[in-house]
Amino acid sequence: MEKYYDVAVIGAGPAGLAAALEARKTGAEKVVVLERDFEAGGILNQCIHNGFGLHYFKEELTGPEYAERFICELHKTDIELKLNTMVLGISRAKHITAVNPQEGVLGIDAGAVVLAMGCRERPRGSLGIPGTRPAGIFTAGTAQRYVNMEGCMVGRKVLILGSGDIGLIMARRMVLEGAEVVACVELMPYSAGLRRNIVQCLDDFDIPLYLSSTITEIRGKHRVEGVVISRVDKDRKPIPGTEKEIGCDTVLLSVGLIPENELSQNAGVEMDMRTKGPVVYENMETSVPGIFACGNVAQVHDLVDFVTMESIRAGRAAAEFAAHGEKEAPFFELYASRGLNYILPQRARMDRIDQFLDVFFRVNDIYKNISIVVKSNGGEIARFKRDYAVPGEMERIRIPKKLLTGNEIEVSLKGGEQE
Amino acid sequence: MREFTCIVCPKGCRIFADDNGKLTGAGCERGISYVESEMENPTRMITSTVRLRGAQLPRLPVKTSAPVPKKIMMRAVALLNDITVEAPVRCGDVVLKNVLDTGVDFVATKSTGETAGNRE
Repeated sequence: MEKYYDVAVIGAGPAGLAAALEARKTGAEKVVVLERDFEAGGILNQCIHNGFGLHYFKEELTGPEYAERFICELHKTDIELKLNTMVLGISRAKHITAVNPQEGVLGIDAGAVVLAMGCRERPRGSLGIPGTRPAGIFTAGTAQRYVNMEGCMVGRKVLILGSGDIGLIMARRMVLEGAEVVACVELMPYSAGLRRNIVQCLDDFDIPLYLSSTITEIRGKHRVEGVVISRVDKDRKPIPGTEKEIGCDTVLLSVGLIPENELSQNAGVEMDMRTKGPVVYENMETSVPGIFACGNVAQVHDLVDFVTMESIRAGRAAAEFAAHGEKEAPFFELYASRGLNYILPQRARMDRIDQFLDVFFRVNDIYKNISIVVKSNGGEIARFKRDYAVPGEMERIRIPKKLLTGNEIEVSLKGGEQE
Repeated sequence: MREFTCIVCPKGCRIFADDNGKLTGAGCERGISYVESEMENPTRMITSTVRLRGAQLPRLPVKTSAPVPKKIMMRAVALLNDITVEAPVRCGDVVLKNVLDTGVDFVATKSTGETAGNRE
């Protein structure tokens, strides 16, 4: 039997929960959340460390606590949460096919759809590390789930490749669980993780961080027995003669996240090569009218607080679309220029911008005393100063609507020193 | 001479303390108070897990109810090895009282089963 919902949300992680709650609050009467796991909360359930919520709740929570606040809110409403439910496909017409053990295959028609599937970790296969293929190589997030939720210790002598936040957090976790963490190895000349995590996860436990270095060989037949690390030059190529062997039985990979967009692509949503997520408008709508995207499926975030805020915007817009449909409106494009890795939103409609247009991006290197310059049709319309900008921390600028011309926007970095 | 990396903001000032406790390198007042507390008595929140019975998953996440001195961190987590909690649990339930006489408790950071509101 086909069921109709005003808003259907795919994924009950932080993005999906916030979007669903906001959609219900702002007028969508029938809201459903489809979650493939047996519980809501998504990645937060395995992030048992604290530091979540400083921006949104103004207090420091652990991941499960942050999730529980939203799950409790959800259960005070009539929003339907379908757990153990795997979405198989979404059509352009917003018809969803899903499957779960209770109902079998189900079809859902939705007035609006919110994509909130989050992201996946980059696996070993995408790195091309030479060597054997023994047991003991995990992505950091997989190890985190084993240790924190399933109660399985993944190894005794651990080396971490990549210094993203999950890798740093796992370094501390493994030490607290009784393992020895021999090193954290980072390809870039700087860490991709938050500074707080470098201090509290590596420095606190005297774990060495090798920058501009990478694994050039993994050794071991059945289980990892050790790795060879080498220094890399400025083109990130290993420098011969700098090899160093380090014994370990486990390698954790913290080498980046990739938005999980198979469903988005099947729905015909236009993708952005840079964010690896859908191209979105100012209200998080994708190129398919009535399909919205928010959270890590749209851009990889550092802080869950910003996921929540982005998802609130998506949920509100989805409810509005379900109620009123959408009138065609002219839009302009936003471009990431010099110094920026990407920009989001990629498109915006003047009619739908309230007082400000919030623009998010990441810089491509470490900069000091930099200006963020916003140009429209070649002319500068706004400029923002930053003492410091790093790739590991997402930037946000707020452009007042009255400065916008309705023509394309280009954002670039100017001046400053590159470190 | 001791070196600290300030974690108050993304700038990450390197702040040096000489043998008389004089600080140099701080970009702002907040950095100075951070290093002062790091020198006097560094404290940390501890998060870990304990064994859990009667729930879908075998581990329950816990945290200290307040920051504890950094130097007792390893001894404090070791105490968790002997603890088994029976479901149902509510977020905030005390799992271990007065950890190493600090006056700080280990508390659950997740509710299980019915109490989590996962109704199925």
